[in-house]
Amino acid sequence: MANSPASAAAKVDDSRFVRIDRLTKRFDEVAAVDDVSLDIEKGEIFALLGSSGCGKSTLLRMLAGFETPSVGSIYLEGNDIAKMPPYERPINMMFQSYALFPHLTVWENIAFGLKRDNMPTDQIAERVETMLNIVKLKPYAKRKPHQLSGGQQQRVALARCLAKSPKLLLLDEPLGALDRKLREQTQFELHNIIKKVGVTCVLVTHDQEEAMTMADRIAVMSEGRFKQVGKPNEIYETPSCRFVADFIGNVNMFGGTLEVDQPDHCVIDTMHGKFYLDHGITGTQDMPVSVAVRPEKINLQRDPPADPQYNCLRGEIADSGYFGSFSLYRMNLASGMKLQIQITHTERHGELFQRGETVFATCAPDSLVALTT
Amino acid sequence: MDLAKSLAKNRFARLLLKDWGKLTVIGIPYVFLILLFTVPFLVVLKLSVSETDGIHFQDLSTYADGVVDIKIKLSNYIFLTTDPLYIETYWSSIKFAALNTFICIFIGYPFAYFMARSPASMRPALLMLVSLPFWTSYLLRVYAWKGLLDDHGVFNNLWMWMGLIDEPIKMMHTGFSMTVGMVYTYLPFMILPLYANLVKMDLRLLEAAKDLGATPWKAFWLITVPLSKNGIVAGSMLVFIPSVGEYVIPELLGGPSTLMIGRVLWDEFFSNNDWAMASAVAVTMVVLILVPLAIFNKYQADSGGVRGV
Ligand SMILES: Nc1ncnc2c1ncn2[C@@H]1O[C@H](COP(=O)(O)OP(=O)(O)OP(=O)(O)O)[C@@H](O)[C@H]1O
Ligand SMILES: [Mg+2]
Repeated sequence: MANSPASAAAKVDDSRFVRIDRLTKRFDEVAAVDDVSLDIEKGEIFALLGSSGCGKSTLLRMLAGFETPSVGSIYLEGNDIAKMPPYERPINMMFQSYALFPHLTVWENIAFGLKRDNMPTDQIAERVETMLNIVKLKPYAKRKPHQLSGGQQQRVALARCLAKSPKLLLLDEPLGALDRKLREQTQFELHNIIKKVGVTCVLVTHDQEEAMTMADRIAVMSEGRFKQVGKPNEIYETPSCRFVADFIGNVNMFGGTLEVDQPDHCVIDTMHGKFYLDHGITGTQDMPVSVAVRPEKINLQRDPPADPQYNCLRGEIADSGYFGSFSLYRMNLASGMKLQIQITHTERHGELFQRGETVFATCAPDSLVALTT
Repeated sequence: MDLAKSLAKNRFARLLLKDWGKLTVIGIPYVFLILLFTVPFLVVLKLSVSETDGIHFQDLSTYADGVVDIKIKLSNYIFLTTDPLYIETYWSSIKFAALNTFICIFIGYPFAYFMARSPASMRPALLMLVSLPFWTSYLLRVYAWKGLLDDHGVFNNLWMWMGLIDEPIKMMHTGFSMTVGMVYTYLPFMILPLYANLVKMDLRLLEAAKDLGATPWKAFWLITVPLSKNGIVAGSMLVFIPSVGEYVIPELLGGPSTLMIGRVLWDEFFSNNDWAMASAVAVTMVVLILVPLAIFNKYQADSGGVRGV
């Protein structure tokens, strides 16, 4: 309670398990990672999500120590590790291609890191045994990597980097080399293992579903910068910019201008119609603003709504797809734009809309997001 | 009917043609090996066990009055195993060849490693440099070492002029000069297979090793070296086998102390004109080298299996 300000500050620093401070990496004057800052909590699974070439791997490789930052620092439990060589960092990485040692058996692969720490032989055996049990590969201990399936190789790679009980686990596209079916299954297994071990984890992926299901928090990256950092639902429901809204899931976006801006609501005028949102934005009259709405937040009806002035779009069903639990529609608006709509079938004999029908699409004020950037 | 028949015939012809193509491709190396290795070897083998008057060799088997008479003369081989000169020479050849192989690995490995890890744009130039010596005759290049290592050669003259030594150091016609010549000649045969192996290596494996706590030095010994084993084996074969039977280098750079089986072979053939004895020496040499290597190779193939790299 009676801490001096200085020790209080140190304490705050320590509570941030990993701190990335204004990190930049330039290759030939082109920034692959551009002025990125981030805190990661202990025990958290953090995902770096972005399209190809946005700098995810570069950021991860700086954490592992394979790239030296051009500018900035990385702190692990308050210690600057930016200049520490990879073999001294208490951080282990699982490579995208697994990088298993082809001349060593599964057992030897997992023991490799432990031997480097000069652990006594009996402890190594015990630890490898534990890891083999966790990843369920006990019967395969004597095999060489090329005698294993892709999924098994992935588990060996995981066991190998978990064996040393790293403070931070780095996963570069951990499921990238698996086929789709195996991916979904492995995704949950991987998540369970990481949570069971309790290791802090940074995960790189370009698959948003993977990021959403595995991570506690996600950073959406583009051109070396963070566009938004937040929990999966925050990123999905309240994207901070057009890029994020468009990158994560499907979205309908209407470009318009700000007409009314009040603390508790705003009105945005677009060529498709006017939108009333239940939150205010800090903007100036007539500034360009986009309205984003997810397909599943739109309702369809045949009769015009009572108040068609706001949040109502009239159009014609262009095509439809029935998926059992839901239907997808595409609707032609008078403005020429195509609207995507997803209707969940909550009733057994609910009505379906037919191609060519004229319908009204409506949405609630709280389902819309205004985006200024 | 006719059309169908001719079509069927055509298909048959095409099949035959396709198979012929396949057979030819498979056949070429076999024909090559049979004509240029097996047949000459059998000829030499026959010479080594036939009765001779010094000029004519008798047939191994004669047929007369319903009796096949097979005559195999083993005295040459018996003489080989009893005369210490031959045994010593074989032993010395193998020792020099092994020494040559080790030195080539020692120099060639860092060389190949450096080439394989240099920027991709520089590699063709480096490869050129390694194969550059092949552009002049090997005989000339070996001969040139004479001029360098002689008592009044370049090195001795230079050192004397610099005052490092008072009288010439005897380098020529010793084990030293011969080893220098052998290493110089065979080094590219070590470097090239090693380079081909090292350049293919997945560098992410080294990153993985470092990530797991291996220092660069440890990663080299635990990952790079074991994974380049095939390159080391291939290079060693290419250096060891021909250097056991090497003739030109011992002849030009070696001396009385450097017993090499190639020279003995030459002497038997052309100085003593004892072709039968010479053939026995040759056959023994081939067996001595090839049998252990064949066993080693088989063991390698069995234990190695398919490798990821
Ligand atoms: N060693 C390097 N030298 C030069 N440029 C590099 C190097 N490594 C990465 N880059 C560049 O940095 C940028 C980011 O690369 P990075 O590998 O981090 O992308 P990524 O987000 O992992 O993409 P992917 O999903 O395709 O793996 C790319 O434009 C790439 O060309
Ligand atoms: Mg990548």
